[in-house]
Amino acid sequence: MTGRSTRVGEHVQERRQLVRWALAGMIAPSLSHLAAQDPMAGGGPQGRLRDPTITGRSRAPTVPGDNDQWIKSVEQKLKCTCGCNLDIFTCRTTDFTCTYSPELHQEVVALGQEGKTAQQILDAFVAKYGEKTLMAPKPVGFNLWGYLLPGVAITLGAVLLAVVIGRRARRQSLALVAADASDSVGQQPAAAESVDATPEELDHLRRALLEVED
Amino acid sequence: MTILGEFCLWAAMLIGVWCSVIALSGIGQGRPELQAAVTRSPHALFGCLAVASLALWQGLISHDFNIEYVAAYTSRNLPTYYIVSGFWAGQKGSLLFWAVVLSLFGSLAQALTPRRHAHLLPHVAGVTSAVLVFFISVMLFAANPFERLPFTPPDGRGLNPQLQNIGMVVHPPMLYLGYISITIPFAFAVAALLSRRLDTGWIHAIRKWTLVSWLFLSIGITLGMWWAYVELGWGGYWAWDPVENASLLPWLTMTAFLHSVMIQEKRGMLKRWNLGLIVGTFLLSIFGTFITRSGVIASVHSFTQSNVGYFFLVFLIVAGTFAFTLLYTRWPLLEPEAELDSMVSREAAFLFNNLALVGIAFSVLWGTLFPILSEAVRGIKITVGPPFFNRVNVPLGLGLLALTGIGPLIAWRRASIANLRRQFVAPVVTALVTLGALLATGMRDVYPLMALALAGFAAATVVQEFARGVRARMRMHGENPPLALGRLVARNRRRYGGYLVHVGILIYFVAFAGMAFKEEREATLRAGESVDVRSPYGHTYRFTHMGISQYEALNRLVSAATVEVRRDGKRLGLITSEKRQHVDSFRRPTFEPSTEVGILSDLREDIYVVFAGAVNGTEQAVYRFNLNPLVWWVWFGGGVLVLGGLTTMWPGGGPTIRTPRPVQSGYRATLTNAGTA
Repeated sequence: MTGRSTRVGEHVQERRQLVRWALAGMIAPSLSHLAAQDPMAGGGPQGRLRDPTITGRSRAPTVPGDNDQWIKSVEQKLKCTCGCNLDIFTCRTTDFTCTYSPELHQEVVALGQEGKTAQQILDAFVAKYGEKTLMAPKPVGFNLWGYLLPGVAITLGAVLLAVVIGRRARRQSLALVAADASDSVGQQPAAAESVDATPEELDHLRRALLEVED
Repeated sequence: MTILGEFCLWAAMLIGVWCSVIALSGIGQGRPELQAAVTRSPHALFGCLAVASLALWQGLISHDFNIEYVAAYTSRNLPTYYIVSGFWAGQKGSLLFWAVVLSLFGSLAQALTPRRHAHLLPHVAGVTSAVLVFFISVMLFAANPFERLPFTPPDGRGLNPQLQNIGMVVHPPMLYLGYISITIPFAFAVAALLSRRLDTGWIHAIRKWTLVSWLFLSIGITLGMWWAYVELGWGGYWAWDPVENASLLPWLTMTAFLHSVMIQEKRGMLKRWNLGLIVGTFLLSIFGTFITRSGVIASVHSFTQSNVGYFFLVFLIVAGTFAFTLLYTRWPLLEPEAELDSMVSREAAFLFNNLALVGIAFSVLWGTLFPILSEAVRGIKITVGPPFFNRVNVPLGLGLLALTGIGPLIAWRRASIANLRRQFVAPVVTALVTLGALLATGMRDVYPLMALALAGFAAATVVQEFARGVRARMRMHGENPPLALGRLVARNRRRYGGYLVHVGILIYFVAFAGMAFKEEREATLRAGESVDVRSPYGHTYRFTHMGISQYEALNRLVSAATVEVRRDGKRLGLITSEKRQHVDSFRRPTFEPSTEVGILSDLREDIYVVFAGAVNGTEQAVYRFNLNPLVWWVWFGGGVLVLGGLTTMWPGGGPTIRTPRPVQSGYRATLTNAGTA
């Protein structure tokens, strides 16, 4: 009996010990997390975030070149090489997971600081990454087809349309003149006679039509 | 349920094949019972595909992750409305969505088309069934939405964070509805060609369908722009991406058709052109799907690259060859019933409008395909991006805006000098005054100046048209102005609804011009630090970083960065932009962290704040601040456009047709007051 109660007591002791370990196991990481956390967390300029991993890639502070309009205008003519189909400026200010566009931006800034012109920077990028790095192809050679064909097609279409309409309108006018001539030789137009309305009514109708149906 | 779903797909396939073969091969000619069966089969097709869709939805809602599609696009902790929209979030589901909606439209076309066009209906059923057979076979042989995995994962991957936006719940279905509904006008056009009944009957039969299709495309495109603006975080709404271009192409040609069809209705002209436009619009809708799904052209929005695109390419070639061959063989039956009277006529203006619209469509298509062409010819890959499209299309767009104003000012048949003078004075004066006022404020950018002046011209046109109509009603019927306006629109819904659409378009142009003046600034701020940005209106905005808070939401871990905004010292409020790390129900990250922009919008400009990230895990935040002028007007213009479209297609309206009173047969008595006094 005593032996049994001793074993029961041991069991209770073991259970209590287990509970203590479990509680310690649960609390300890929280305490260690608290210990690792900046005492100013969320409260000031040096405050560390509770979980920096969920804000994505760490960012470098902005430097004046990031807001330079000239750099921006050059970057908007160059495609990012990450496969996003965006220009460097748009990619680096939109896709914050991209690691390519910040590097390409640094390349543009460095070339700018070397005193290169916009065209020279574009040429340097074409030499390094190929023609596909330009957001719009150079308007030379075969690429001219790309730029000119829509405009040429529309202009030709407009000229063709104007010629066709003009020719048909002339044909219509001639037909009307011929009809008028035959009317003057023969009788008065029947349509005018058949209208069952007074001149005032016709005038009223004409004015209403002019107002509404122009 | 997946077995039932797949069974329904096979059943639909068999019904579709039977219907299209019977209807298009001519076997049913002279056999009324077969014709009747053919016209009933679209309802059976819809039934099968509706059950298949319900089976997929059931799988999505019950988290049956053994279905590959369900595991790929949903997770247990995804909000229910995104689970529902998961139906069209991926390639396979969107194909089923396309098929079920097309079958619904096919069924409605049979049920709602007036009986006077009944002779076209068997062929219409045949064409819609043939298109459906194509979509079903793509599903069954290349992209089966009911495909099962060899194991069942405990949770799904979840929906792409960028698709977890209310815009993406609504935008894709709207665009799909637009694309899909084009099939019905195409089916009627082919039916008219096959049956050689090429009078205006088919035109009347498709009027509502073309408007529905155009309306859905317009809504879909506008919602797409809104989604891109609020979700993608680049501060704009249109980037000339191939997928965006693909949605614009059928809209342009459908808009051209809606104008040119009026000439066919009024004068019996442009029959060939109108048929060509309908066929072209259908093919462009398939082309758009091909671009989105093939990966043949690099795009921000494309579905994953797959062999499905090549199914679409083959279908595109087959459908195009069939339709244009048919058109060619019926060419002699499509002689115009009248000829143009004058270069200065509304018909001619509409023709030039068509030329501009189709020209822009060609230009967009050309730019989209040019990289492929260049690679084929020169062996060199090139990029055709926004600078190219802006250079080529902005002048064309301005020409179109001018025609939007010019068209309604010119009379039908032939305009006289007096007519032109009377019509053009007020709009031209308005355009010149607008231009002068803008120049006086110091604006020197050519394209925005032209856009705003031409918008003034087009707006004056519309105001003049409404004013003349109201004045005429007031004089003729003695109505007060609001009543006259209401009745004017109610009695001429097509015309005045069309003018409202023009107003929507010109509001778009004004808003697009506004974006030429946007301001952007990047800044790194510690909590409490500020940065000033000057807006194009001369205001100074001060942004003060308030700090970053982190918390857990339903299916994501959020880092919210907040700035206080002041305009010229006056506090406007707080704007919060977020970084979201989406997780599954086991808190495992599912995608890279995404960005949610913060926007404070008013009529003049949007304040657009993007939290780019934190510096070294501290509260020091990198922001991008944009001041985007007139963006609100894009959405408002879209609303006006839709209102105009709805007005145009609203049933009823038109002048009251007086039906003659039935006269008793045998004799006719005329009552006079003679002898009654």
